[in-house]
Amino acid sequence: MGRYLLHRLWQSAVTLALASVVVFAGVRALPGDPALAMAGEEADPDAVAAVREQLGLDRPLPVQYLRFLGNALTGDLGRSTRTGIPVTQMIGTTLPVTVQLAVYAMIIAVLAGTAGGVLASVYRGRWPEWLANGFSLAALSVPTFWLGILAVVYLAVQLGWFPASGYVSPLRDPVRAVYYLTLPALILGIAHAAVVQRQTRSSMVDALASDYVRTARAKGLGRVAVVFRYGLRNSLIVVTTVVGLQLGGLIAGAVVTERIFGLPGIGKLTLDSVFTRDYPVLQAVVLVITASYIVINLLVDVLYTVIDPRIRVSGRTS
Amino acid sequence: MGTGAPLLEISGLRVAFAGTEVVHGADLHVLPGERVAVVGGSGSGKSTTALAVLGLLPGGGRVTGGRILLRGEDVTHAGEARLRRLRGREVGLVPQDPMSNLNPVLRVGRQVAETLVVHGKAGRRDAQARAVEILALVGLPEPERQARQYPHEFSGGMRQRVLIAIALACRPELLIADEPTSALDVTVQQQILDRLDTLTRELGTAMLLVTHDLGLAAERADRVVVLAEGHVVESGPTREVLTEPRHEYTRRLVAAAPSLGGTSVAVGPGLIPAGPAEAEADPTGPPPVLALHGVSKEYPGRGRGGPLRVVDDVSFQVSRGRTTSVVGESGSGKTTVARMVLGLVPASAGTIRLDGDDIVGMRGPRLRAARRAMQPVFQDPYGSLDPMFLVERLVAEPLRIFGVGDRVTRAARVRELLDQVALPAATAGRFPNELSGGQRQRVAIARALALDPALVVCDEAVSALDVLVQDQILRLLRTLQDQLGVSYLFISHDLAVVREISHDVVVMRHGKVVEQGPVDQVLSAPTTVYTRQLLAAVPGTSIPA
Amino acid sequence: MTTLAEPVAAVPLRSGNRVLRTLRRNPAGVLGAVLLLVVVLAGVFAPLLAPYPPAEVHFTTPFQQPNTVGFAFGTDDLGRDVLSRVLYGTRTSLEVGLLSVLLAVVAGVPLGLVAGYWRRLDAVVSRLTDLMLAFPFLLLAVGLAAINGGGLGNAAVALGIANIPTMIRVVRAETLRLAESDFVLAGRSMDAGPSRILGQHVLPNALSVIIVQATVIMPAAVLGEAVLSFLGLGIQPPAPSLGIMLSDAQQYLFRTLWPGVFPGIALALICLGFNLFGDALRDALDPKTVSEGS
Repeated sequence: MGRYLLHRLWQSAVTLALASVVVFAGVRALPGDPALAMAGEEADPDAVAAVREQLGLDRPLPVQYLRFLGNALTGDLGRSTRTGIPVTQMIGTTLPVTVQLAVYAMIIAVLAGTAGGVLASVYRGRWPEWLANGFSLAALSVPTFWLGILAVVYLAVQLGWFPASGYVSPLRDPVRAVYYLTLPALILGIAHAAVVQRQTRSSMVDALASDYVRTARAKGLGRVAVVFRYGLRNSLIVVTTVVGLQLGGLIAGAVVTERIFGLPGIGKLTLDSVFTRDYPVLQAVVLVITASYIVINLLVDVLYTVIDPRIRVSGRTS
Repeated sequence: MGTGAPLLEISGLRVAFAGTEVVHGADLHVLPGERVAVVGGSGSGKSTTALAVLGLLPGGGRVTGGRILLRGEDVTHAGEARLRRLRGREVGLVPQDPMSNLNPVLRVGRQVAETLVVHGKAGRRDAQARAVEILALVGLPEPERQARQYPHEFSGGMRQRVLIAIALACRPELLIADEPTSALDVTVQQQILDRLDTLTRELGTAMLLVTHDLGLAAERADRVVVLAEGHVVESGPTREVLTEPRHEYTRRLVAAAPSLGGTSVAVGPGLIPAGPAEAEADPTGPPPVLALHGVSKEYPGRGRGGPLRVVDDVSFQVSRGRTTSVVGESGSGKTTVARMVLGLVPASAGTIRLDGDDIVGMRGPRLRAARRAMQPVFQDPYGSLDPMFLVERLVAEPLRIFGVGDRVTRAARVRELLDQVALPAATAGRFPNELSGGQRQRVAIARALALDPALVVCDEAVSALDVLVQDQILRLLRTLQDQLGVSYLFISHDLAVVREISHDVVVMRHGKVVEQGPVDQVLSAPTTVYTRQLLAAVPGTSIPA
Repeated sequence: MTTLAEPVAAVPLRSGNRVLRTLRRNPAGVLGAVLLLVVVLAGVFAPLLAPYPPAEVHFTTPFQQPNTVGFAFGTDDLGRDVLSRVLYGTRTSLEVGLLSVLLAVVAGVPLGLVAGYWRRLDAVVSRLTDLMLAFPFLLLAVGLAAINGGGLGNAAVALGIANIPTMIRVVRAETLRLAESDFVLAGRSMDAGPSRILGQHVLPNALSVIIVQATVIMPAAVLGEAVLSFLGLGIQPPAPSLGIMLSDAQQYLFRTLWPGVFPGIALALICLGFNLFGDALRDALDPKTVSEGS
């Protein structure tokens, strides 16, 4: 097990290093001269050169990369060219919002998805399965941002059940924080719930048809024990994988959700930095998002070892 | 035994799957403490009949007629609540495949304890301790520790013991054993069956043993019920059925059962009349087709403290026009030997000479030429043929790879080959999944013969087939050897099959050759303890023909 | 918003007739096929079907209700005909979807085959897959948009790249399974080379999972395009896109809902068609379903 985790840690480190190179190179490949942007369009060449030197842009690219990496590792991600605020600080205020949104959405997706999947597999060919399948098809086909807009119009503005936009920090008022995030998380979670549900259903169907389930029934075990201890326990492995894979989509979805509900999250920061060509911010945001994705996947792998004893004991080879 | 009311009485049982009836009015009964074997090939309905007792027919299966009485109580259409009390408490089940029948994410002890708890035989605390006792009873060496382990840490035999522990935990009156050992090695199989015997005798449990193996049934059962295509064709005391089979199907089954006849290759039609042993000893005879000398295979860093040696210093020969069998249990390295010979896995040491040329480390055109002289037939007739291709294309594949002939001559060759393996010419236009297992294996043999190879490597080539089909394929292989003079390297775990097909035999264990020589000599007068064990473990050998 | 690839096991796409028969018996699959047909016809013949050019403004008639004479679906803030824009938008969606599927197949299939067949290359390809999965496709689109400006091509490339890793994984898993199969072993011992094994044995047998995966990517890409355009990173106005229409509609939501209803329905129908059809196809190709019929 230790060896397996060490191996995964190494793999993640390699991926992260590659990602940093891609981010660095990607930002350098963007059009426009950051020094010129900083100094102002009308600045004289000397001023631009001074800024360039100050930013270290006159050095060879490998040196620039190492400096970028060194700074990033010490928590210095530069300053926004738009506001002059340190990027670390900007991320510090926006990241928690997105993390809350994503976690909330994922909780909804996992709970609704597994429940629907279990029901659909247990009541095969009967109305719960039709209902669950209908829900997942609809959720996968209807654009969720459109659903979000409709939700804002009807549930928030017309019926007044939820606030239409805004964010409250859970440190200030936990109840209101949850209340404000519920609609966005619901909208963000729906499509993911559908994917989790489909996977849960199909792996539950396989598990319930397996030999060990027949043996469990031959022991005289009741339905509930068979479904949960035998079916779901084994399906959880698959569900965990899906949740891990979903994270990338969740982050992408958060950008849209934040935009619809006016949440001050990292998604909004990303969009703002794109439209204002605020490259230091963009570079940092991409790096942070990529790194969190990699770290979360590493955590998912640790979770595997808890769920699946075959990995816990022997270490997985795949 | 033989007196009193039957414990289980099945009468006129009919079972249908999605409207298709597969069991057509089966009758059988089991007296308290009696052991009854239900024997039949695949598709005979033997497992279906047994599972109907527990109300555990696989999806879509339904009892459409007849009655199942358990101690006089009609349980044919019993509700789920009644069946739940019945399962595990009154009737235990030992399933076939130990690898897939335990929940991979639950500790073994828990899986045994569960049965006790659900039937109220023990409280939650108590059950764990009882489970350890029961695991000790079925022969786990360290029950205390092993109860806390997970199934994947166990060998197949150990898992099957756990499944027996689960089935017997609540001391049911009837145990249904559905092919309990067909997935296990012979020596393990014997240990498991012995343990099952002892335990059921001690507990007075009656046993319904479902098996395809007539030899096994003969050895373990008081009475035998023979099923064919959903009908009970014969039933009676074991000895009677075996010695005086009345039904045609039973007669064929008895005749085909490899271990029962005790016939060796010498009885087979058209074999080289000269004693195999003499030909082997003759130094001036023709050189062998295949000669392995000191062949080893190591995987670095996979063993504990050093490389893992799966094949260790193996030497043997295959003489021209004859058959050498490599026999061993799982983990003996026999399959690795076959793969090294076929050049699929490089040998770590030694020489493998095909027609005098060492193929170890051979590459490019020379390996290509060597491969032309040596063709494979694999175990699984369902997996070894690409499902995308027509039989014609499959058989012609080696010809295409080696650029032999044109479209017309290849088609002619395919027809000729199909004829040789006794398949109708129309088979050429079929896809493999339209054929039966035996037909597919014939296609695989035809493909192997396409290039007129000197050697055909048969890796468990008949192991996946029913007894009667197995017999036909073995006959076909012998006939082809007579006609074409092809040599076989025959890899098998089944001593009975080996005895039927081979001239020489190599016994392997843990990667080493334990014993080798002419088949009659090795199998009738084994010189090593292991070979004797192996022979003794073959079901049916103790039954007089 | 990306629906993720679920790894699929499927029987070889061989007996096409049988697969078709199984498909025909599945009412949801038939509904999906009909929907797809309608959507594809609408997209292909948009120039013939649309009453107006998609960008033609009618300043005198903004915010018409649906069912107005001349504007069956009504008009938007600039008086543009919603029906025409939905038809052209559907066309755009399908183009982007097809292009990204094509990209995912062209890049993903060979990489998956290679990773599944050669262990040494597996590590390299797997790191690449991890890296690509770690970059949300949205950021990729952002990068491309920043370099080249938005547009149909960039949206398609970003969405295609975003779906390459799942395609690699699916094909890799299938190749691993097939490479262990006895018929590949038989082929190898008959001296069939890697190109023959991969090209003639593995690829044809993996074709069904590739097709099923394509039906998963297609709706994901269509929705992805809408998201990108909604954010202003995809198709650039005044080019017609369902996502832009929704984005526009959001701005005058409280005045009228209609200009946002039809593009939303169009998107849902496109995706529903692919999802239904894909599910039915997956069922039809599933070994379990087919073996019951054989």
